[in-house]
Amino acid sequence: MNALVPLPVLLPILGAGVSLALGRHPHIQRWLSLAVLGGVVAVAGVLLVQADQHGPQTVWIGAWPERLGIVLVADRLAALMLLVSAIVTLAVLAYSVSQGMTEDEEGAPLSVYHPTFLVLVAGVANAFLAGDLFNLFVSFEMLLFASYVLLTLGGTATRIRAGTIYVLVNLLSSTLFLISLAVTYAATGTLTLADLADRLEELPDHVSLMIQLLLLTTFAIKAAVFPLSFWLPDSYPTAPAPVTAVFAGLLTKVGIYAILRMQTLLFPDSPLTDLLLWAALLTMLIGILGAVAQSDIKRMLSFTLVSHIGYLVLGVALGSREGTAGTTFYVVHHITIQTALFLVLGLVERRAGSTALMRIGGLARIAPLLAVLFFIPAMNLAGIPPFSGFIGKVGLFQAAQSDGSALAWTLVAGGALTSLLTLYAVSKTWAVAFWRSPKEAHEALEAIGATDDPDGEPVPGHDTRAVHEHRGHVHTAGGTVSRADIEQARRLGDDDMPDRDFYTLIEAGEDNRHSPGGMLAPAAALVTLSVLLSVVAGPLYAFCDRAATDLHDREPYLTSVLTGEDR
Amino acid sequence: MTDVNLTLVVISAVLLGSGVYLLLERSLSRVLVGLVMIGNGVSLGFLVAGGPAGKAPIVGEDGDGTGIADPLPQAMVLTAIVITMATTAFVLAMAYRSWQLNGHDDVQDDVEDATVRRLATIDVTSEAYTATTSDFPGDDSSGDPGQGPDDDPVGLDPRTGDPAESDPLRADAAETERSGS
Repeated sequence: MNALVPLPVLLPILGAGVSLALGRHPHIQRWLSLAVLGGVVAVAGVLLVQADQHGPQTVWIGAWPERLGIVLVADRLAALMLLVSAIVTLAVLAYSVSQGMTEDEEGAPLSVYHPTFLVLVAGVANAFLAGDLFNLFVSFEMLLFASYVLLTLGGTATRIRAGTIYVLVNLLSSTLFLISLAVTYAATGTLTLADLADRLEELPDHVSLMIQLLLLTTFAIKAAVFPLSFWLPDSYPTAPAPVTAVFAGLLTKVGIYAILRMQTLLFPDSPLTDLLLWAALLTMLIGILGAVAQSDIKRMLSFTLVSHIGYLVLGVALGSREGTAGTTFYVVHHITIQTALFLVLGLVERRAGSTALMRIGGLARIAPLLAVLFFIPAMNLAGIPPFSGFIGKVGLFQAAQSDGSALAWTLVAGGALTSLLTLYAVSKTWAVAFWRSPKEAHEALEAIGATDDPDGEPVPGHDTRAVHEHRGHVHTAGGTVSRADIEQARRLGDDDMPDRDFYTLIEAGEDNRHSPGGMLAPAAALVTLSVLLSVVAGPLYAFCDRAATDLHDREPYLTSVLTGEDR
Repeated sequence: MTDVNLTLVVISAVLLGSGVYLLLERSLSRVLVGLVMIGNGVSLGFLVAGGPAGKAPIVGEDGDGTGIADPLPQAMVLTAIVITMATTAFVLAMAYRSWQLNGHDDVQDDVEDATVRRLATIDVTSEAYTATTSDFPGDDSSGDPGQGPDDDPVGLDPRTGDPAESDPLRADAAETERSGS
């Protein structure tokens, strides 16, 4: 019994209520949200220490006899996820407060942002702490509902279009979740995870396999595992930068967490290794091939997000302690850098007016701090040695190697290839957006006729310069670009800055030179945190290893929930 | 579970099936009706999962708990119904907003899809490609604006699938207009 356990859920929920009531006082709203999230970080930190020293912390809400109430459990894994998510959401909130998104989003329901964000945080925390499947369902609904609102904030045409797909896919997965809950309840008469752990073993194999596959499909949609991943790269990039950052960082990881919990606690004897390994391989490769093809940085990063979910699934699929430890470490690493990258991209978009590669250039010289802030997590994402991405990948590859099957070795090869392709994708971005000069970017754009009036006839400029077009690819001095890229760049650019690229903005003196410190600081803090992850990688990996041991042992969790005793 | 109520199972299955069919439509309001039907089908499924019907799920004053209905699935169904109601309201609002913005509430194409298709038009127009694009103009049954094959500005001939415009770039511009993004 530990009164701290419900606080990461309660604080944001209560905060959201108060914040909604204070809609007319944006200043108080901001400080309130920051204070609430600060509190959650502190509570999560304490829980982490307690869970590490005294075993899983359990609370039966309402203290009903006969274990009828809702149970919240903070074991090592849950507490770690809780802490990381709390830190990341705090950083994102600080960023968005400074961005003043609650003010200058035109036509947005302004006062709604903060309460919704807090509900999202509460939902994520509840998902990590949930000790029964129905509570997990409710927390998914909480965070999804908040995400529907955040994704369609302002109700612009692009966001409604992207939001429709996102909402429908997630509604479908929620329905599937409900069906699996009904089936589970009909078969076992309980939804509490600890009770299920016992009762599922008594079921006939085919029934428990069906329940497992139903749950797995549900969570795989949330986690964007191939082939259930196509909704993600289409919907995420349209949202405001901080929203995309927090979605990319957290929401898919909640799905992975649910898969991890379910596989280790409920179905320890049926790891479905082959199925999941194939899913992991395909997720990695197809995701990263999508990323390589993109011409917009936000889209590119959304595809790498899908691709790197594959690494997480790899660790889960192996069903071994090493694999679980690797996944846990990789989740921590990936939440941090993916959020950091999207926050930095928000700054890039603000500075250069766009994130479409065709329109920007020269940021390394013009905004060196931004360039550094982009470069470090980008290299980290690709898994360049000193960084945590490398450590996480090595951990996962070692786990696959000790598994030893041919498929596991294929996964090692696929993972290494994905890593290289990630490096390719981010260095392409680096070379184009940060390295070439804005003038070069402008000339290339002009040469291929993409700066023309968007309503007029696009004129291929092969009469003016050393540019020629061949089979849809435009060849200029600066390289080869596909015509479709240009078209896409123009179309995506229309949202923020119609037919004006970075160079035009600089020439007109209308570029946004000021990157507010309040936005830089949280982004820089997250980048620093991601670097720190490699500094403290030893203790952190040891912790992940202990968490994985707990998960596969199951005994600490079951004892704590079923008897209510701390070790 | 020997005495499953077959009526409930059949109704639930019919609701789910019809819901899935409606979900495949283009119009968001039909999709919404489909979602509501699926939601109700699942709720009925929960009633089946709760076992045979009994007395009210309340233990009486005499403390006799035998023969009462299982309260837990009912509580879950209540929660699920509330959530479905909220989502319905939200999707309705989105459909309305979509209608405000575009004049129809059709679920629009994935931007990625459009890009890939555009790339295919420009780069290699294989026969397989023309075969797959010819059936794309949406459903003509809904009679909504902007999606029927007749007012499709790209002008893909529904029979041959040949782009009416010989210049693919013009077709692109038209398509960009059409998707409204």
